[in-house]
Amino acid sequence: MTTTTTAVHNTDLLDLDPPGHAEHDHGHGHDEHDDDHGGASHSTFKGYMTGFVLAVILTVIPFWLVMGKVLPNSNITGLVILGIAAVQIVVHMIYFLHMNTRSEGGWSLLALAFTVVLLGIMLSGSIWVMYHLNANMMPHTMQEMKNMP
Amino acid sequence: MTATTFPAAGNAANGARGGASLDGKAKAQPPANASPDAQTDTQFYLQTEHHPANGTLLGFWMYLLSDSLIFAVLFAVYAVVGRSYAAGPSGAELFDLPLVAVNTSMLLLSSITYGFAMLEMQRRRVKPVLVWLAVTGLLGCVFIGLELYEFAHLIHEGAGPQRSAFLSAFFTLVGTHGLHVTFGIVWLVVLMVQVSRGGLMPENRRRLMCLSMFWHFLDVVWIGVFTFIYLMGSLP
Repeated sequence: MTTTTTAVHNTDLLDLDPPGHAEHDHGHGHDEHDDDHGGASHSTFKGYMTGFVLAVILTVIPFWLVMGKVLPNSNITGLVILGIAAVQIVVHMIYFLHMNTRSEGGWSLLALAFTVVLLGIMLSGSIWVMYHLNANMMPHTMQEMKNMP
Repeated sequence: MTATTFPAAGNAANGARGGASLDGKAKAQPPANASPDAQTDTQFYLQTEHHPANGTLLGFWMYLLSDSLIFAVLFAVYAVVGRSYAAGPSGAELFDLPLVAVNTSMLLLSSITYGFAMLEMQRRRVKPVLVWLAVTGLLGCVFIGLELYEFAHLIHEGAGPQRSAFLSAFFTLVGTHGLHVTFGIVWLVVLMVQVSRGGLMPENRRRLMCLSMFWHFLDVVWIGVFTFIYLMGSLP
C-alpha cells in the first residue's frame, strides 16, 4: 500500500498522469494540482489530431499557392505564405508543444515572450543595418570612387 | 516505514498547502524534535523532488529558445544575402519543390507519430511507445536521406556552398537544421534503448518529454525553412 501511494505521487510530480491513475488522485483530492501545470491535460489524441490536420492544411496551402502559381503577384504570394507560416507556428506551439498561460506557472510563456522580443529586435535590426550598410559602403559616383582610399 | 511515508504523502497531496508548509518546515527545522522531525524530513524530500522535475522541462525550454536564436541569426543572414547569386544559379532554378513537399510531409508525420508515442507513454505501455518512436526515427531518417540527396545533387551540379553567398547561407541554414534532426535521431535511439531497459520510469518519461519538445521545435523551425527559403526562393 505504501509503495503504491508513493508511486502515484511520483507521477503527480512529473505531471504525467495516465488516465488509468486518475481515480487514485480523486481520493487524494489534488485535481487542481494537475491543472496548475497543465502538462497532462493537454496531451490528448484529439489535441494532436487537431494540430496535425491544421498543420497539414496550413502546409498544403502555401505549396499550392507557389507550385500552382495561383496569385498573379509574387509579392502578394510571399506575404500570404509568410502569414500562413506564422499561423502554423502558433498552431504547432499550442497543439504540439502544449504552450499555454499556465504551463510552469506562466514561466515558459514569459520566456517565450522574451525570446520573441529578442528575435524581433535581432532580425529586424540586423536586416535593417545590413541593407543600409550595403548602400552606404558603395561609392555612389565616379568622383567618390576616385577619392576612395 | 509506513508511518513516515503516509503523513508525507498526505501533506503533499494537499497541493494548496505546499507553499505554506514549506515556510512551516523552515521554522520547524532547527529544533531537533524526535517524531515531527522524521515527518519534516520526508516532506523536504518530496518538496525538493518536485522542483527538478518541472525545472528540467523549463530549463530545456530555455535551451530551445536560445537555440532558436541560432536559427534566427542564420535566417537573418539568409534574408540579407539570399538574393546574392554571384551570377550563379538562383533558388527558382535549383529548388525541387515536389521533393521539398515530400520532405516536409515526412517531418510533419514524424511530429504526429512522436505525439502518439507520448500518448502511449501516458498510458504506460512500453511496447507501443517503442514502436511509435521507431516510426518517428524512420521518418526522420527518410527526411535526412532526402536532404542529403538534395545536397549531393546540388553540389554535383556545381551549386555547392562555395558558389555564391546565397548558396553559402542556404547550406548553412538547412544544414544546421539537418544536423539538429540527426542529433535528434541519435537521442531518440538512445532513449529507445533506455526505455526498453528501464521501462517508463519517471526519469525516462522526463527524457521523452524533453525529446518531444526538441522534435516539435525542429518541425517549427522547418516551417520557417520551407516557407522562407524554398517557397519564397522559388517565387519569380
